[in-house]
Amino acid sequence: MKLFKLRGGVHPEGRKDLSAEPPIRVLPLPQRLYVPLQQHIGAPARHLVTVGEKVKKGQLLAAGQGAVSAPVHAPTSGRVVAIGDFPGPHPSGLPMPTLTIETDGEDVWDDLQAPADPFALTPAEVAARVAAAGIVGLGGAAFPAAVKLNLSRNSEVHTLIMNGGECEPYLTCDDRLMQERAPQIVEGIRLIAHATGAREILVGIEDNKPEALAAMITASTTAAAAGGAVKVIAVPAMYPMGSEKQMIQVLTGLEVPAGGRAADIGVLVHNVGTAYAVQQALRLGRPLISRIVTVSGGAITAPGNLEVLVGTLAADVVRACGGLRAEAARLVLGGPMMGTQLSSLEVPLVKGSGGVLALTGKEVEASSPGPCIRCSSCVRACPMGLLPLEMAARIRAGDPAGSVDWGLKDCIACGSCSYVCPSHIPLVHWFNHAKGDLAARERLKMKNEATKKLADERSERMARIVREREEAARLRAARKAAADAAKKATAEAAAAAAKQKLEEVTA
Amino acid sequence: MIAALLSLTLLGLALGLGLGYAAIRLKVEGNPLVDELEAMLPGSQCGQCGYPGCKGAAQALADGAAPVTLCPPGGRPLVEALAAKLGVEADLTGMADSGPQVAEVLEDLCIGCTKCYKVCPTDAILGAAKQIHAVFREACTACGKCVDVCPTEATRMVALPATLQTWYWARPEVVI
Repeated sequence: MKLFKLRGGVHPEGRKDLSAEPPIRVLPLPQRLYVPLQQHIGAPARHLVTVGEKVKKGQLLAAGQGAVSAPVHAPTSGRVVAIGDFPGPHPSGLPMPTLTIETDGEDVWDDLQAPADPFALTPAEVAARVAAAGIVGLGGAAFPAAVKLNLSRNSEVHTLIMNGGECEPYLTCDDRLMQERAPQIVEGIRLIAHATGAREILVGIEDNKPEALAAMITASTTAAAAGGAVKVIAVPAMYPMGSEKQMIQVLTGLEVPAGGRAADIGVLVHNVGTAYAVQQALRLGRPLISRIVTVSGGAITAPGNLEVLVGTLAADVVRACGGLRAEAARLVLGGPMMGTQLSSLEVPLVKGSGGVLALTGKEVEASSPGPCIRCSSCVRACPMGLLPLEMAARIRAGDPAGSVDWGLKDCIACGSCSYVCPSHIPLVHWFNHAKGDLAARERLKMKNEATKKLADERSERMARIVREREEAARLRAARKAAADAAKKATAEAAAAAAKQKLEEVTA
Repeated sequence: MIAALLSLTLLGLALGLGLGYAAIRLKVEGNPLVDELEAMLPGSQCGQCGYPGCKGAAQALADGAAPVTLCPPGGRPLVEALAAKLGVEADLTGMADSGPQVAEVLEDLCIGCTKCYKVCPTDAILGAAKQIHAVFREACTACGKCVDVCPTEATRMVALPATLQTWYWARPEVVI
């Protein structure tokens, strides 16, 4: 199949060999699990359990609320010991609402309900089951998968692209998953295609993963005999091939319009890990409670891939890989290009966490930034065709709105520009800062409008109260005057009567 | 001669009537700029600008007597909006942006006097007599009126704490 050319991109050293060889191991059950209520993009889930309650593996702990949300299930059986704030896997290190579960070691499943034949379900039913299983995009963004399914069904998606790019250095979780569980992934892909009505199904895998490619091709040919053609395609290894927009472009030649979604051009993209989770939910009735996590980096004693329950502390995962053999200069959740820097390993892993990296000082090579020399390396590297140096100059000058005119909203924050910058300018940091700054200004503007409305309502109410008080006073005065007049009239009448009587008597 | 006189008289009459009609029909009440500016201001009448309420501040802005940076509760977005409206350059030198602030009630000191509750221009305080009061952060404009009236110094202004929804990356250090 003909592939289309991609603009920009970089070729960082892969360093995938560190963790690619050993098969996936299942992490021994930790003592405690810390399950955050928000592991996805959208509204946090609302917890349904109380402290002290016994829960079974796969039991619903928290229900999604709002249009974009995902429920959270118990990763193992045990007892809820705390509901409260716990440091989350977030660059700020801010605490997030978290359920703490003390495991009982029995690992007993709740009653699972799987349909007899998932392909007999209607697309809407498949999407509903995906939503109930709490499945989110496992490529890293953690967008609720069912929302995407429903959206693409409504916008008539013709092509389903499964993303097996995994272009981030160090990470091998999707690679190992495709090598070891290809038949399940292919079934999951066919289920997603069934739920969206996509006619063409393409699986893009980088050509630096030959074993995964071979396994997926074998599984898809077997599945093709049973109906449903899944085309597995090798794409050139480069960064950011695993980005949704880039994968679409290289496979179909279509470009997602600025400010648009993939569904706008009739394409739906899901990660291969998500397809595995969908298969587990529809075949076995299992909600999303675990994922494959790459533990790697120069400071890890025995790097590899682990199947980890959601809510396991990063420290437990590192310990299972022999702990740290050298001092870690940087701890990263996810990949080194787009991942989150962690200040401590005492944070839980969530549905979107693909890797835990402990990098040595040599690997990080931190250097202080210098001035921009306008070499335009960042322009050549930008996969979105933007001008990072111009955007950064505007943000630095305190004009983030000006950088929007240069395409800040189209920046996918892949970090290619920062990677190639010879002056080590943290370009993507500038862009993330500007995006946050603009969002904060927007929030303040909306708040000002809302408080203005409140102030207007209050002054109206105050005026009404004064008006009503005056009205009441006037009414009271009028009533008093009427009463006085009546009294006077009665008194006069009485006086007149008395006078008349007196006259009668005198007469 | 007659024709010229007649036509000029008629023209003068017609134009005069038209102008007279327009003066009544299209009459402008006050300076429209003042009303537009007032609509942009927070409307909490807090008086932090030194003018008697938002109307006075809008008048001063329209007269060019006050800088666009006069309104602390409006913050930076308002400064930018006002500067764009008035076509002036916003001079932010010497201005310290303390960041978003909100009122906070210290529960140990609150005696439930309802003074702050009564004075709050945006109904951002919840309270009743002899009950500890609380602040709705979403509705608070940090005008500071509640701090002025509190008899026990139980209300104060604090920086709005960052949450997961509002946190964002700090500005990178600039190396020259």
